[in-house]
Amino acid sequence: MRKPALNDEILLNIEKPARYIGGEINSVMKEKEKVDIRFAMCFPDVYEIGMSHLGIQILYDMLNRREDTWCERVYSPWLDLDKVMRDRNIPLFALESQDPVREFDFLGITIQFEMCYTNILQILDLSQIPLHARNRTKDDPIVIGGGPCAYNPEPLAEFFDIFYIGEGETVYNELLDSYKEWKKAGGSRTDFLRQAAQIEGLYVPQFYDVTYHEDGTIASFAPIDSAAPGKIRKQAVMNVTDAPYPMKPVVPFIKATQDRVVLEIQRGCIRGCRFCQAGMIYRPTRERDVEKLKEYARAMLKNTGHEEISLSSLSSSDYSSLNELVTFLIDEFKDKGINISLPSLRIDAFSLDVMSKVQDIRKSSLTFAPEAGSQRMRNVINKGLTEDDILTGAGQAFEGGWTKVKLYFMLGLPTETEEDMKEIARLSERVARRYYEIPKEQRHGKCQITASSSFFVPKPFTPFQWASMYTADEYNRRAHIVNDEFREQLNRKSLKYNWHDAQVTVLEGVMARGDRRIAPVIEEAYRLGCLFDSWTETFRNDLWMKAFENTGVDLSFYNQRERGKDEVFPWDFIDIGVSRSFLYKEWERALSETVTPNCREKCSGCGAAGFGGGVCYEDKN
Amino acid sequence: MKIRIKFRKYGILRFIGHLDVMRCFQKIMRRAEIPIAFTGGFSPHMIMSFASPLGIGLESDGEYMDIEISEPVDSSEAVRRINRAGVEGIEVLSFRRIAEEKKMTGMTILAAADYLITPRDGLCPGNWQDHFRSFMEQDVICVMKQTKRSEREVDLRPLIYQWEFRDSSVFVQTAAGSTENLKPDLIMDAFLKYAAYPSDSTEPLHPGSFVYRRLEMYADAGKDGTWQLVTLESLGEEIRREDN
Repeated sequence: MRKPALNDEILLNIEKPARYIGGEINSVMKEKEKVDIRFAMCFPDVYEIGMSHLGIQILYDMLNRREDTWCERVYSPWLDLDKVMRDRNIPLFALESQDPVREFDFLGITIQFEMCYTNILQILDLSQIPLHARNRTKDDPIVIGGGPCAYNPEPLAEFFDIFYIGEGETVYNELLDSYKEWKKAGGSRTDFLRQAAQIEGLYVPQFYDVTYHEDGTIASFAPIDSAAPGKIRKQAVMNVTDAPYPMKPVVPFIKATQDRVVLEIQRGCIRGCRFCQAGMIYRPTRERDVEKLKEYARAMLKNTGHEEISLSSLSSSDYSSLNELVTFLIDEFKDKGINISLPSLRIDAFSLDVMSKVQDIRKSSLTFAPEAGSQRMRNVINKGLTEDDILTGAGQAFEGGWTKVKLYFMLGLPTETEEDMKEIARLSERVARRYYEIPKEQRHGKCQITASSSFFVPKPFTPFQWASMYTADEYNRRAHIVNDEFREQLNRKSLKYNWHDAQVTVLEGVMARGDRRIAPVIEEAYRLGCLFDSWTETFRNDLWMKAFENTGVDLSFYNQRERGKDEVFPWDFIDIGVSRSFLYKEWERALSETVTPNCREKCSGCGAAGFGGGVCYEDKN
Repeated sequence: MKIRIKFRKYGILRFIGHLDVMRCFQKIMRRAEIPIAFTGGFSPHMIMSFASPLGIGLESDGEYMDIEISEPVDSSEAVRRINRAGVEGIEVLSFRRIAEEKKMTGMTILAAADYLITPRDGLCPGNWQDHFRSFMEQDVICVMKQTKRSEREVDLRPLIYQWEFRDSSVFVQTAAGSTENLKPDLIMDAFLKYAAYPSDSTEPLHPGSFVYRRLEMYADAGKDGTWQLVTLESLGEEIRREDN
């Protein structure tokens, strides 16, 4: 029987000890003496969040298929345990073996959102691994980062040995084989990093040097080691149908945020919304074969015992066999007490019909993501949803018995005017009005329209990467304009408006488009006590501001500046397949409020066709 | 058809709370393809009830759960399938058919439970059992018992039906169920206050200085006011394949 790394006394005095003990259904146990490579895969947030992440489950399964490798999981200890581990000098451990992470060969960290950066330092610190890659020795694990934030890895460059740019299914095997060879040959840590740097898609930051102009922008970014390439090519799995997929995902004891079987039906999105990073970095759109997905659904439900199955993709309505797949799921599993959850569906007659079969209409709400209130603004961001689509969809839904609608918006978008802001409230009002057009005797009481807005953060590799941001005060001013407009509406009692925290937005902006000079700020914030910055109850803006002050880094340089056409960006060394010239053309079209057709309507020549598959070649076989 | 399942809970499963154990069993039942019955309504859930929730930190050799199944399954086959679909820390011991009446669920008929209480390594003075004996020889053991709404004084002594030393541990049989329910840590809390001796370690002794293990749970099968404890398991009978 496994012995927990923490004793009873500790486990019985912390919140949710199940976060730290492993042993869940489908967790993989191996004998450590019989493997060559031990890989600790980390999601730097609390267990329930990390366990809900599909990407880690895919990689966990894929790496454990190798007989010579044992991949285990690591999550961030919550503040209660964090304190105990520091007080008693207990090193961070992996869940399966309960062995210290510092004894592993690799520590892989997935970087899913900007506000987890201090948690990454906590993981390294508690693992007793030097924070800076250059201070690590041969005895320390190789620290490798991946995930969407790795598309601008520069703020974290000092803390990682390697970044994996792109989808994890492609070159991990090559990297692990190379590691085994190196271990056998007995070279230095730098020798191994040189080998790694030669694998496509892997970026070793210490082999590059950056110089800056006097105005603070980048003058040059170039390799300083002959092993390191000038450009790093994003990795994409071109045959998603045959790519590894976990048939036996780990089933947590405690309720995770995603407590269900997740079927990833496709990767990428054809839509080309100009604010959306995922829509660009995951190009080209690639679909999984529907027959394969049916097979997966059966096997995964059987192996996990989950009572719910959900589809995952950026825009499920664009999946060409959606109707067939959903019909199959309902026919096959509805009578077995399995819930079917269908996120990110475009609201139309088909989706309403399907949803009425799988949800309790009275309780569930419909979600629209117009993202902007006015048609002008939606043209700027290239969101193809029209007001007519929304009102028609909502009307059908109301007639079908739904009374709750959620609307998602963004504030602070490029070129946004006061009129655009107010349209958020007015559009919500028109949705409510549509409800009250239904004769009173056919309605079910009042409707409830909930509008939420987040503040827009420009991301690397999007047409908006050139855009400037605002100060927290300005964001709040805009939210109040919207809020005041909501109060002017006739049906205000049926409307509700929430907005996100502006301070977090500002920091996200700095991390998203920051460069290597941001690393000291992150480290200082961590030293000052920042941790779990994405959690409202633990976010400390005052400490972050102090960190900027202490390190002399000017936040406005990163946020309140519109970047020039030819400015060198910290992430320019990455080739995502979508060309910079395409992105710039899209930025210009945004400013002229011109809509660009989606990939299925008309190819816009973004460059992703260079990957040789996916939607770019759909009609060419 | 109503089924009573007896199981052990041990090892790391001690740290999994009652509701999560229930969730875990729901997944295990699906994995094992036990034809469990569901409630009606728009969001049906499995018909499943536990005799008595086990606190976090405790191990048990005698936990009980009642379920309903839609078609019979051979008992030994069911035990095998559930354990194969299960997880280390839960071991199903038996799977038996019980009477159909509503008032026969484990939760309703539970009357007593056995516990074994052992001091954690080196925490108690060597002669703690002498103190415990004189503690138990009192006529009345009054403590303040916290309930959700109020605090009331309770005499523990009549709620302890049997007790004896077993090596370095003490065995107690206590009242359990919906009318009277005595948890073993409450006994040890009262005992430590009574004995009032210093700890051998630096930290003061508290109920957490002991390890508690539930051993068995009982119903009262006595008729006409007589008292006869029988294990919850004994009220069920094995389902054999040839019966089907």
